[in-house]
Amino acid sequence: MYFLRRFLFLIPLTWVIVTLSFFLVRVAPGGPFDRERRPASPAVERALATKYHLDESLGSQYLRFLGLRWERQPDGSWQRAPGGLIAGDLGLSLKYRNHSVTDIIRQGLPVSLALGGAAFLFALGFGIPLGVYTAVRRGHTGDWLGSLVALLFICIPGFVIGPLLILVFALQTGWFPVGLWGTPRHVVLPMIALGLYFGGRVARLTREGMSQALLSEFVRTARAKGVSELGVLLRHAFPIAVMPVVSYSGPMLADLLTGSFVVENIFQIPGIGVFLVNSSLGRDYTMVVGLVLLYAVLLLVLNLLVDFTYSLLDPRVRHE
Amino acid sequence: MGCLQSLLPSRWSSFRSSFVRFLISVLGVGLLGVPSIGCRPEPRADLIIHNGMEVETIDPHVLTGLPDGRVTGAMFEGLTRYDPETGRAIPGLAHSWDISPDGRVYTFHLRTNAAFSTGEPIRADDVVWSWQRAADPTTAADYSGFFFYVEGGQAIVTGASTNLSGLGIRAVDPLTVEVRLVNPTPFLPDLCGMRIMAVVPRWAVEKYGDQWVRMDPLPCSGAYELLSWRPNDRIRLRRNPHYWDAANVGCERVDVLSGDSPAAALNLYLAGDVDFLIDKVMIPPELNDVLRKRPDFHTFQYLGTYFVRFNVTRKPFDDPRVRQAISLVLDKRRIVERITRLGEQPTSALTPPGTGGYQPPPGLGHNAVLASDASAYAAAMETNRAEAQRLLAAAGFPGGKGFPPFTYMFNAGGGGGSRMHENVGIELQTALREDLGLQMELRPVEWKTYLSDMSRLNFDMIRGSWIGDYQDPTTFLDLFLADSGNNRTGWKNARYDALLAAAAAEPDVSRRFDQLREAETLLVRDEVPILPVFNYVGLFAFDRTKWEGIYANLTDEHPFRSIRRRTGGAAPVRSALSPAAAGTP
Repeated sequence: MYFLRRFLFLIPLTWVIVTLSFFLVRVAPGGPFDRERRPASPAVERALATKYHLDESLGSQYLRFLGLRWERQPDGSWQRAPGGLIAGDLGLSLKYRNHSVTDIIRQGLPVSLALGGAAFLFALGFGIPLGVYTAVRRGHTGDWLGSLVALLFICIPGFVIGPLLILVFALQTGWFPVGLWGTPRHVVLPMIALGLYFGGRVARLTREGMSQALLSEFVRTARAKGVSELGVLLRHAFPIAVMPVVSYSGPMLADLLTGSFVVENIFQIPGIGVFLVNSSLGRDYTMVVGLVLLYAVLLLVLNLLVDFTYSLLDPRVRHE
Repeated sequence: MGCLQSLLPSRWSSFRSSFVRFLISVLGVGLLGVPSIGCRPEPRADLIIHNGMEVETIDPHVLTGLPDGRVTGAMFEGLTRYDPETGRAIPGLAHSWDISPDGRVYTFHLRTNAAFSTGEPIRADDVVWSWQRAADPTTAADYSGFFFYVEGGQAIVTGASTNLSGLGIRAVDPLTVEVRLVNPTPFLPDLCGMRIMAVVPRWAVEKYGDQWVRMDPLPCSGAYELLSWRPNDRIRLRRNPHYWDAANVGCERVDVLSGDSPAAALNLYLAGDVDFLIDKVMIPPELNDVLRKRPDFHTFQYLGTYFVRFNVTRKPFDDPRVRQAISLVLDKRRIVERITRLGEQPTSALTPPGTGGYQPPPGLGHNAVLASDASAYAAAMETNRAEAQRLLAAAGFPGGKGFPPFTYMFNAGGGGGSRMHENVGIELQTALREDLGLQMELRPVEWKTYLSDMSRLNFDMIRGSWIGDYQDPTTFLDLFLADSGNNRTGWKNARYDALLAAAAAEPDVSRRFDQLREAETLLVRDEVPILPVFNYVGLFAFDRTKWEGIYANLTDEHPFRSIRRRTGGAAPVRSALSPAAAGTP
């Protein structure tokens, strides 16, 4: 019931976000068709505005965007203007005029998702073992070195790591492509550039969780019962130690999926991140609203998903 | 065991299943993207060009951006096309043309073998219809102002007349097109090669409207046809087998990449994933010093001028003496040597030298531009500073006293040369403070705010630039006509307008240039609503030992069709064209 309520609450929340972005992007100075040189005549300017309904009042543009605008037909009858949000149509991009917003999302989103997913796997696959290792070697040189590595990765931003990776592993050794997208080899460097920071965070979270778990009563009991050290680690301590990582996974995945702009830019990856930035700079109204909608839904659903799995994983967490 | 299990806050088995479920659900989101990764690399195209920013549209009539123009120029052709070496017009869909004695009627003769990539022949009616579509304001073509030269064009473009057949172009017979002009326009053939005058498939536009370019297959009138278009990734072109000059098209398949990051573009080029870096914006300006020295990076002069606009509707910039004083103290040589660093030439005129054979007049501060060595330059600047101080005092601000604080606006952020604009602003600021005692504040704004404030005249002084469209001085001088939408200074001068009108009607070339020179003197020496700084230098990168058919020219036109791999050069790695690669646009 709790999750159903929360799920239903997402709908008005999304609507508020989308409505805000619809109006905010139109408040910014300049418009999508302002260019360095003026159109040939005011008639051309007017025609351009008419084509994309920018000459209508804000209210009627908004209704048209939602798909709730009725228009009088030549024969006198009233008909709903085609398209609109309720029909799943986000309209044509005003900057990339030969593509609809959904078209661009369809082409770019899978790339960003694949990159984000790969970086997520990488962050977990590299962060959890490092965290476990440093916790087990707590106080020793291994802990010291491992923690330093984790800290370094947290501190060095992607726009520094990315070019370094390209320099060493692409330009000098030629092991990986310097950019673009298409084959598994193209994924490796951007995945690392994007995932290292999160790997560092995961390592630290795992180390804390593991250190605490290893000190708890049930671990001592397990050891007293003669469970092997590896068994203690994996079967008894790990499930507890990994809880903070799980709760961090939601925001992490959201960050990875939405925050890949910098890495996409460095590697010239045809993802969706570039569009998010360029659409607001270019006053591409339809695209801004479409992408805000996409990201809002993605973030909200991911958060809900994490809360949900959290309650599955830890019986102490109950939502009433 | 039961006792132990009750001690555990969660059981391993239930933990394992739910943790796995969690991982699967989260990863499921990421795995949705896996189809974007193929297992086998796609075959390499014969030629890979990095074209800069993503194209906004490939409709030749409505496009505005340079990247759009480059790729669309490969797909659509007009009566003429551009010579890769000179950038001037050479026969395109028309094999020749006759000019009437008064220079106002051009008769173009079409090729019998001109055809769209889908096989349909191109006839006079197609040319006429294409021009009418481009001029029609409901098409909303920003560049339709070029039809002002054609009889009836102005009335149509401004919406005064909706009768499209009033445009001065008609099909005499299926292979002959007659164009009637308002004035003798010696550069008409150059205009006919522009994208706005290209021939488009009537049936496709009538069926699909604005989105006709998404038709598959797309009927193209130029050297290449469209295979696929993935936004922000690449446009894939293939030689148009029906192109009248297909035998001389250099490469079978061309990939046109787009991207935002100059560093990424340079990396791709250095790694051999890009053959031709065509867009100067995609070459990191921080590396200008280093890259200029490489044999595969080439600089060239082209038709572009960097200048500063004054808002002459605001006091005290309404006084020409104030504008002259400010213009005289800017150290342009320092700007090209310390900031732009590509061998740019400082200038005192708007029109770059050699535009269609025209030489601009010496503008204000031309003595400094002419100075051959450092000491002559220092002396010239000294003279100019003294003159500037005198002018400012005469305008009522001796030593800058009483001069209101003002701002210099420029676009910042968003990559490209935006750091450059800031540095130019700092030079100007320093010169004005030290030499004239003026307080100028720098005002960086983002691109759209910059454009919007510029066109609403909401500035004191603002950065400006102009790239010429064709090789004639009017491509620059028309800017500052009183009714020009691109004037953006508030400056109106009846004499200037009259001189340009007289020049337009003048059939004699040298008399015409004299009139234009007189007008430009008004603009850059007497009235100075603008402060010209330098002429742009183009920069592109390709390996001359591997590629031929790319030349430096004044209009920065580098048609893809002439680019070919040098025989003897290493063949590109490429396998057969896979059907999967030929996706729909």
